[in-house]
Amino acid sequence: MGLSHHSIVNAHPDIELRAVCDTSGYVLDILAKYTGVKTYTDYKKLLAEEELDCVFVATPSRYHVEIVTAALERGLHVFCEKPFGLDPRDGYRLAELAERKGLVNQIGYHYRFVAAFNEAKRLLDRKLIGELHHIRAEAYGPVVLRPKGSTWRSQKSEGGGCLFDYACHAIDLVNYLVGRPQAVSGTVLNSVFSNDVDDEIYATFHFSRGLKGQLATNWSDETFRKMSVKLSIWGTHGRINVDRQEAQVYLRTLAEPFEDFKQGWNVRYTTDLTKPVWFYVRGEEYSAQIDHFVQCIKEGATTLSTFRTASDTTLVAAMMRADAAKPYTAVDPIAAQSPPSESDEPKPRRRTLFGRLLSAEET
Amino acid sequence: MDRILFGDNQFFGVNHMSEEKARAQSMRFQDTAAVIEVLEDAYAEGIRTFMCTTHERISEVCDHFRANRDKYPDFKFYPCMPYAHKYANAAAELGVLGAVRSFLPAENAFGALLKGGMSLARKDIEGLASLLIDAEMKMFAGLTTPIVFLQNVATDFLLGLGFDEALRIFADCVRAQYGAEPGFITMNAPALVARLDKVGIKDPIICTNINKIGFRMSGGMDAYESLIASGRCRLIAMSVFASGALPPEEALQYVCSRPQIKSIVFGASSRRNIAQTSRLIRQLTAA
Repeated sequence: MGLSHHSIVNAHPDIELRAVCDTSGYVLDILAKYTGVKTYTDYKKLLAEEELDCVFVATPSRYHVEIVTAALERGLHVFCEKPFGLDPRDGYRLAELAERKGLVNQIGYHYRFVAAFNEAKRLLDRKLIGELHHIRAEAYGPVVLRPKGSTWRSQKSEGGGCLFDYACHAIDLVNYLVGRPQAVSGTVLNSVFSNDVDDEIYATFHFSRGLKGQLATNWSDETFRKMSVKLSIWGTHGRINVDRQEAQVYLRTLAEPFEDFKQGWNVRYTTDLTKPVWFYVRGEEYSAQIDHFVQCIKEGATTLSTFRTASDTTLVAAMMRADAAKPYTAVDPIAAQSPPSESDEPKPRRRTLFGRLLSAEET
Repeated sequence: MDRILFGDNQFFGVNHMSEEKARAQSMRFQDTAAVIEVLEDAYAEGIRTFMCTTHERISEVCDHFRANRDKYPDFKFYPCMPYAHKYANAAAELGVLGAVRSFLPAENAFGALLKGGMSLARKDIEGLASLLIDAEMKMFAGLTTPIVFLQNVATDFLLGLGFDEALRIFADCVRAQYGAEPGFITMNAPALVARLDKVGIKDPIICTNINKIGFRMSGGMDAYESLIASGRCRLIAMSVFASGALPPEEALQYVCSRPQIKSIVFGASSRRNIAQTSRLIRQLTAA
């Protein structure tokens, strides 16, 4: 991510890239020699010595909090890669600090800059498909395909794992499109190939106003060429399926005429929805999010993906991790066969381990 | 360069419009025999150049054309490297240097150099680049490869970094090692051509999106139009249909009415579509 941000940032007409910091001396030396960029291996030194307006942080997740804190204290606008820390309390604290200092802050949830998802958001905000009752968020891709791997992504302590690295994108999109869930249940964090981290995650989301959701993510799935995020949303008036390529809108009823939408299926393609970017490396959204950050600094505006919204995403992920540790409801054939009790009064439960697990489940 | 080049996105589940279509395509083409069948159709329709990524499955296609050289004596390949997902996936697992190392032959000296920290001299970077290019080109041994392309994700990444020298190194290696012309795929053609000029690459071969709606033509339609008019590069138009957003005739009309555009690359999965598109291109070019 770091190098790809570097390329896009360097190509932005309003940014003068002053310096870059990395732990890989060899990569830095090549960059210095062949592109002339000033390099550091200690970010504190960089922050102390360079005259800056903003920083882009694309380190492994575990360093985000420390580096972002230092940058904010130095009065700099900050763009930081996702996820935003691994503890939501850190994120909210930094959100508050940035807000108090009036600093522009953005987290690299780039799906918020994919045109098709924004089209879905526009239609949902207009209540085109009525009152929502279900949302399904799915993210699949080929990251961990065999029991191997030695980068930080394979270590829980470094913020690796499908939950914070992959599922967070889907959670963030859910938050962006329909708001943050109020509760989570039934979370499964499952390892397919990894030793230390989860490779697939399933959970149920509970929102206000009766909306329920399901999340399914799996980064050990090579049937997708690259990461693919898809949301399906059901409402009383229809359904929206949306991914990077297209927004498919089914309208059961169209209460009043809206643009050229008609009853039945309506499809909007990325080619029609996507706004051109000044420089393209690997998808419009990666360029668009950087440009958005720059424009927000110039205009003093709030970004579409703030420290606060990203902390909401971390919060949901953290709640899912806690939820996953809770016991499941046992499918117990013996209990199902026992005759119904004569009285409605609940019998005192024997406090066996199993009993404790069940009561924990009920609370 | 031929007027019509045949592309390979359709064979590898790349579809910018629909994930479902992409999956249907990967199912249909999971046997290389199905890929070869379509290439034979293209050949029968008079197409002589296959512009393809260095996806590992292309090596089976290469085997077929090597074994049947007498059947397709004038068939050419334009390899496009690297197959980026291979590197991206390896980089996610092994880190940037680990990924580079994993694609180098095991016995070479650069593996050790990378571990120990190699020199930054241009000859060393060149040596590394030449080993990586060799690794990608291996599957094309014995086949005609008059132009070798750098994929857009690599070209544009280097362009953004300002690592212009790497573009020069790629061009030099391709010329020296394969006697081939270097080509550059890009989504930022106006910016790229200006930069290539600075490192002494004149009249470059540029493959870039050129379509009526400006889809992925970064720098804007105006900059593209003046680049096309300038004749400063040999242009190959790709994404002329903007991934299906434009009707074929209208799309090709736009490209064919600009005589500075030398070639058009397109992909198709059926003989009917191949025939229809190539007939349209020939008609509109002659007009």
